[in-house]
Amino acid sequence: MTGLSLHCEFVQKILTGFIVNEVRKAGFSRVVVGLSGGVDSALSAYLGAKALGPTNVWALLMPYTTSSPESREHAELAVKQLGIQSDVIDITPMVDTYFERFPEADHVRRGNKMARERMTILFDHSAHLKALVLGTSNKTELLLGYGTLYGDMASAINPLGDLYKTQVRQLARHMGIPDTILQKAPSGDLWVGQTDEGELGFTYEEVDRVLYLMIDRRYEIPEIVAAGFDERFVRAVLAKIRSSQYKRRLPLIAKISARTIDRDFRYPRDWGK
Amino acid sequence: MNRYTIALAQMNPVLGDLERNLALHEKTAEEAIGRGTGLLICPELSLTGYFLKDIVSSVAIPLTSPILGRLRDVSRRIDLVVGLVEESPEHLFYNTALYLSNGEIRHVHRKVYLPTYGIFDEQRYLAEGSRIRTFQANIGRSAILICEDMWHPSAAWVASLDGMEILISPSASPGRGGLEDGQSFANARAWETINRAYAQLFTCYVLYANRVGYEDGACFWGGSEVIAPSGEPVAKAEYLSEQLLVAKIDPAEVRRARMANPLLRDERLDVTFRELERVQREGGR
Repeated sequence: MTGLSLHCEFVQKILTGFIVNEVRKAGFSRVVVGLSGGVDSALSAYLGAKALGPTNVWALLMPYTTSSPESREHAELAVKQLGIQSDVIDITPMVDTYFERFPEADHVRRGNKMARERMTILFDHSAHLKALVLGTSNKTELLLGYGTLYGDMASAINPLGDLYKTQVRQLARHMGIPDTILQKAPSGDLWVGQTDEGELGFTYEEVDRVLYLMIDRRYEIPEIVAAGFDERFVRAVLAKIRSSQYKRRLPLIAKISARTIDRDFRYPRDWGK
Repeated sequence: MNRYTIALAQMNPVLGDLERNLALHEKTAEEAIGRGTGLLICPELSLTGYFLKDIVSSVAIPLTSPILGRLRDVSRRIDLVVGLVEESPEHLFYNTALYLSNGEIRHVHRKVYLPTYGIFDEQRYLAEGSRIRTFQANIGRSAILICEDMWHPSAAWVASLDGMEILISPSASPGRGGLEDGQSFANARAWETINRAYAQLFTCYVLYANRVGYEDGACFWGGSEVIAPSGEPVAKAEYLSEQLLVAKIDPAEVRRARMANPLLRDERLDVTFRELERVQREGGR
């Protein structure tokens, strides 16, 4: 499946150009990124540092008490290797205070709360540091809806949103992200033992090949099956895309005026920039 | 000044800001004049930016606009091809390219084929042009085809039969896909194929001016180029970066190509007409 392989040098040039261009047009010169210790946020930070210079990238490490110590070590490794500025903000007090009232909350509620807590800190730092929030969601998780709405999915600009997870790995390797980060099992690290592939029930390698055919190449389901994929798997992937469509759109507006925002009031974000 | 040294402006216009883009045009024209060129070709919608959406009506100008007056003044010193949203007397908005020379508008081309698929949405906002005509430019008999017009060989073919020696193609092409294969996008490679093929098939120069920069995350890839009537590249700009590409045009190359490959001489308009009429009669598209 050559369609998923990247000419990394060219892609790196496009994405760093994107960061420089869109950050400056918004009137900023810095970015702030939440570093989890995983490959996606590391790649965003590496691209940001390459684009804007390390002094213009702020990394925030925002562990919760159950976060794996390894995650923090890996985030610190990326910070050190890049020479970017960083700060550690423990989100345990805010999250725990909230759940004292809701002790029965399950790990999904808790995980979402953590992701949104981190989002509020990133956007507070956006104002504080005059830095745009750099996104870290890749195309695979955006399509599968495998992210927290208004949590880790929130950002100002996202250099990774058109790269599948397996492409993120290729580019990360190209940019010299340490093997320890590249080779560990992807995880939201929202509860102990969580892994993406365990939770999703398939590997990124498998699902990216299906997504590439379905989305980029617009194969119909029978055609994907004919290309050698299990039909139940393909239908499960499509079901995830469909059921998470709301996460990729603005909130639904009741359309009653002569001109509704985003339906027939359509302006580019880079308006006048 | 050598009238046959030309420049392609691989520029990055501001989205929806006529005044700043006008200043960019004037600055680029000064540079082009300084480098001894007699013609400056700017990309599609160079005065407005490309993904305008509802900005279209705010940046649309009639051909009598003072903004064009300033560019007409510049054209007393260098011929210009510029892109704009033209508002017609009927208040229709066209994706237009103008050829300005000696203070006058010498040619108006309104984009005929408005892409409305994939990343494109032009028919929602713009009216379709309906003319494909050549005109006399200082460098030779020329036609302007804007971006998507180039993806319809009939447009270039009509221009060819109308006397085209120079095919001027202002473009705002966002890069799409194909990132596994090399230092360009899949559609960039397709464009390069088209430019070479048209130059060779219509034995004309192709002057392809594509823009750079990003709009709402879409990346315009640049790679502007001049292709000789033999199909050989004469000059090629970098991908992704702003550049003024200067190249020499030799009209004798058209003559030489047409002696080597008398394709234009051998065109069979009678056969084509008859067969087109038959296809239409028999219910083809």
